Amino acid sequence: MIDEVLALTTREVKKWVKNPFLLLMMIVQPIMWLGLFGKAFNLTGLVNIDTSNMPPNVTQQIAQLINKTLNSVFGTTDYFTYMSAGMLSVIVLFTAMFSGMSIVWDRRFGFLNKVLVAPIRRASYILAKVFSSVLRALFQSMLIFSIAFAFGLRLGDGFEPLDMLGAFSALFLLSLGLSSLFVALSIRIKSHEAVMAVANLFNLPLMFTSSAVFPIKQMPDWLQAVARWNPISYSSDAVRKFILHSQAGLDTTQLLVDFRFLIAFAAVFTTMGIVLANKGLRKG
Amino acid sequence: MDHISFSVKEGEIFGFLGPNGAGKTTTINMLTTLLKPTEGSATVAGFDVEREDNKIRSIVGLVPQDLTVDEDLTGMENMLLQARLYHVPMSTAKQRIMDVLGLLGLGDAAKRKVETYSGGMRKRLELAEGLIHYPRVLFLDEPTLGLDVQTRVTMWDYIRGLRDEQKITMFLTTHYMEEADALCDRIAIIDFGKIIALDTPRELKQSLGGDIIEIALDNNDQDLTDILASLPSVKEVKNHNDVYRITVVRGEEALPNIIEKVLQKKIKIRRVSLTEPTLDQVYLEYTGRTMRETEGSHEETRRMRRYMRMVRR
Repeated sequence: MIDEVLALTTREVKKWVKNPFLLLMMIVQPIMWLGLFGKAFNLTGLVNIDTSNMPPNVTQQIAQLINKTLNSVFGTTDYFTYMSAGMLSVIVLFTAMFSGMSIVWDRRFGFLNKVLVAPIRRASYILAKVFSSVLRALFQSMLIFSIAFAFGLRLGDGFEPLDMLGAFSALFLLSLGLSSLFVALSIRIKSHEAVMAVANLFNLPLMFTSSAVFPIKQMPDWLQAVARWNPISYSSDAVRKFILHSQAGLDTTQLLVDFRFLIAFAAVFTTMGIVLANKGLRKG
Repeated sequence: MDHISFSVKEGEIFGFLGPNGAGKTTTINMLTTLLKPTEGSATVAGFDVEREDNKIRSIVGLVPQDLTVDEDLTGMENMLLQARLYHVPMSTAKQRIMDVLGLLGLGDAAKRKVETYSGGMRKRLELAEGLIHYPRVLFLDEPTLGLDVQTRVTMWDYIRGLRDEQKITMFLTTHYMEEADALCDRIAIIDFGKIIALDTPRELKQSLGGDIIEIALDNNDQDLTDILASLPSVKEVKNHNDVYRITVVRGEEALPNIIEKVLQKKIKIRRVSLTEPTLDQVYLEYTGRTMRETEGSHEETRRMRRYMRMVRR
């Protein structure tokens, strides 16, 4: 079983590593996202007040006031950092959304039949799709993190390399769950237009009902209720906590909540994907 | 499929002929466990298709109608993937792959992306993949559809070799009657989901009534109709202005006798021809000449177009 998954995952990875255009797009896309969202939505710039003709102590107080407000809303004085951390989760969502697409292609090109007549478990095929999507998502978020860093992401003063591991475990869980979800949705779909439709139905709502670009606390009540069920809120929050790791230490209570939710999310949807594959994956 | 029943002998090439939509591919899909039969049962090499599907999968090879090899990978990578899906140990897989690819003339292309392969090469790679795990039964769904004559003849030789040297039982569907004639030990013709004829190609052809010998004689005033009709294996004689049209059972054996009889009568022969019925005629006899308006789905049409585009390269 492990070798089956490995063999099929290798195929998927080879397919995109060998395609220079795909690789290029994977690098360009995050840059555009960061550039457009991070810099165009420069929310912190909105509260710049001209303080040149005020006495220095007033300037200081105003600056403090602004920073305090920003801090209480975003947890940092820099919106770009806030958003970049959320963007890592959003890019995971966008990669996962299309994981189902390749099943449709495999079905159309007959490769799926080849897998189905082979003496392997159906779940191996599904897991390979999920894992290759996870790998891709993590690779892209790694890229986006480095790019964000180059664009001026400010790490917390207590940041240490181990925090990276924490942030990426959260992203791993998120991508595992989301990929399984979208792969499971595509098991019986026969046209790629339908996959696109499903993906487009989910992408923006999932992104904006989470804390990825805007804090939950500032949302209206009904939206808060939705956001609290959105896994992207939890991974965004966890990643942010790790990246903004201050000398005061990590907020382990909140992190525990985040990870509990993410683990449950990944476990439920991966299991669902496997069960659905064994039942519903067939020729047609 | 409508309650068909047949058995294939070990080590033979069994041909499955029939018009589009007659149920050929459906039968293959059921026997290779891709589809579950809604009724009835089938066994492959003694294993039940419903209850022992995984056992069947490991001893059966399928060369599908479509080109399913992965374009983005090399020939070698495709084969390695196939080997791993069939649990062929890596220690023996490499050698096995090179052997099979070599035999099919793909040894030199193994390291190239399949993208660069011609249609014939893809089809051969497809066959190679079906053979990677030493299957006992091989299903060939239209193995030479759209290929040029050279590639087709090469494939035929190779398929015959598989039967003669490796004793692989083969189940083949085709639209080409000369292919069925050249390869199959026995043939079943199916239509509307039923088997309407099943025999060796030779017997099927004989069932049309036999060979036709046409013999044109010099002008003479004798009528040889009765003399010729009394010869063994002659079934019917018709004389039309000294051109005799004789229906016989085994043409090539009857012809010398006929010539001898004519020469005994001191009559000169101007022209002789022997026509054996072709499998085409047999096929048309059983399935009729009306073209079928099979309901093709949008999906199927698209698949066929794509296939033809790729295989013609």
